[in-house]
Amino acid sequence: MKVLVPVKRVIDYNVKVRVKSDSTGVDLANVKMSMNPFDEIAVEQAIRLKEAGQVEEIVAVSIGVEKNQETLRTALAMGADRAILVKAVDNVENDVEPLAVAKILKAIVDEEKPELVLLGKQAIDNDANATGQMLSAMLGWSQATFASKLDIADGAATVTREVDGGLQVIKVQMPAIVTVDLRLNEPRYASLPNIMKAKKKPMETKTPEDYGVDASPRLTVVKVSEPPERKAGVLVGSVEELVEKLKTEAGVI
Amino acid sequence: MAVLILADHDNENLNDQTAKSVTAAKAMGGDIHILCAGDGCNGVAQQAAKLDGVSKVLCASDPAYGHDLAEPLADLIVKLSGDYEHLVAGATTTGKNVMPRVAALLDSNMISDISAVESADTFERPIYAGNAMATVQSGDAKKVITVRGASFDATGDGGSAAVEEIDGAGNPGLSEWVEDKVVESERPELTSAKIVVSGGRGVGSKENFELIEKVADKLGAAIGASRAAVDSGYAPNDYQVGQTGKVVAPDLYVAVGISGAIQHLAGMKDSKVIVAINKDEEAPIFQVADYGLVADLFDAVPKLTDQV
Ligand SMILES: Cc1cc2nc3c(=O)[nH]c(=O)nc-3n(C[C@H](O)[C@H](O)[C@H](O)COP(=O)(O)OP(=O)(O)OC[C@H]3O[C@@H](n4cnc5c(N)ncnc54)[C@H](O)[C@@H]3O)c2cc1C
Repeated sequence: MKVLVPVKRVIDYNVKVRVKSDSTGVDLANVKMSMNPFDEIAVEQAIRLKEAGQVEEIVAVSIGVEKNQETLRTALAMGADRAILVKAVDNVENDVEPLAVAKILKAIVDEEKPELVLLGKQAIDNDANATGQMLSAMLGWSQATFASKLDIADGAATVTREVDGGLQVIKVQMPAIVTVDLRLNEPRYASLPNIMKAKKKPMETKTPEDYGVDASPRLTVVKVSEPPERKAGVLVGSVEELVEKLKTEAGVI
Repeated sequence: MAVLILADHDNENLNDQTAKSVTAAKAMGGDIHILCAGDGCNGVAQQAAKLDGVSKVLCASDPAYGHDLAEPLADLIVKLSGDYEHLVAGATTTGKNVMPRVAALLDSNMISDISAVESADTFERPIYAGNAMATVQSGDAKKVITVRGASFDATGDGGSAAVEEIDGAGNPGLSEWVEDKVVESERPELTSAKIVVSGGRGVGSKENFELIEKVADKLGAAIGASRAAVDSGYAPNDYQVGQTGKVVAPDLYVAVGISGAIQHLAGMKDSKVIVAINKDEEAPIFQVADYGLVADLFDAVPKLTDQV
């Protein structure tokens, strides 16, 4: 079985984002960028399936700017076999919308014919939580989102999903789209020899036009602003004082 | 034009996320209809009919909709979509699962997790874990939206909408439900509770989490947790508050042994009053706390339980 793993290059999760003073977006110049943490979990899961003998080939895809190469090299160093870079924008500040990403991925799936696409459940920049579901709809495939456990056997995937009420177990027919949640696995770090080896693994470069997709945005960003700031509070000296303040000053208990 | 809201429910009770979505829908304009899709969900449809501002409830009761599977639900919404300009659901795990599928089938981009409605086509939504707020305008004919419950008050009762039974849209049979692993609890629901007490890695173990439970029960509070506490097995996954867990905005949020990582703050910083109990005075949680107590939680929390 072949697995496709889309990976997004996003601002590193440890970086504090700054809204640009002209309110057009977030400042991404000279900040550390990394693979979206959920996508690392997806790559890790693909590798584990390969190590278990259930997968023959892992193809990583990244859609964005030229520099998304770095993210693909990380995926290759972790253990993906080859990579496809889709250069969709010139400026990292132009986020490619989930709808356009899903259309490009659909075209790649049509070409590559994987049986499974593993995606992160959400990207930590636009927080949209949409691409996997959209791709699944376009392909007419089954979908299992927010996976914290995945077992594949006899043409079906049994997936434990993290839902608001607890956990839900569903069984989906292959081919399937699975989006992964935090507790599915702990991704490995790439070892130095594997980082070296990854440099020689194949990487194709494509554009949305190659796939006949119009990647222009549907949403116009009117403005991006700072969230309301919380006023600094006070330190209390004891539990007694805390309870007193909550009762009389805040009136919440 | 009109708004169709997918009701969030468990076939017995309507979740108050639906009433919050109605509040958001009122600002979009047009008639508001609610779709109750489920298995034996007629009672839920009656509850939805009472929500203020709702003019019609469509009730599709069919085993295909019994477990919120995305494929049949999305097909049903798409089948009904002709009459609507806005297709809306709460940003619950069901809404997040189903609505992007609907959007793709209608060739619309997804407008996820909105925190405000500026006009019929312009919405505010948090990005970067709530560290920036984006105002976006949609050019799509059909706007497919999920609504952040913590940002909208629930609409009240007082309506008396007509309930119309409708047929389902078939089941593509791509997925089947196996089981739910749900812990029944007498405590209030995390996303609608007035008070939330959350424990983090500092709590140290599953056994120690009882300290959090005791104080929560004394306060009539719901229980939350940080990702670290869930990952370590101190608390179940549905307790997680944050960027990738639940977003809460109670009157009082008590963070115990939680450092205050941005991903955690994303889920609670709109709470009215925040209390932090942490032994490290440098912990970032104190920067958002209205009342901070620098103390060992094993000393402070039992005292708190006694005094409230
Ligand atoms: C993609 C991604 C998504 C994430 N999503 C979320 C999310 O949704 N929600 C979330 O919470 N996190 C999330 N995280 C994780 C987040 O970055 C932090 O790692 C996590 O919130 C830390 O949890 P914590 O505060 O409990 O643990 P720590 O950061 O380890 O903090 C523990 C705190 O307990 C205090 N403490 C220890 N012992 C005591 C004691 N005896 N008395 C008092 N205080 C004590 C310490 O001083 C410390 O401040 C995410 C991370 C990533 C990468």
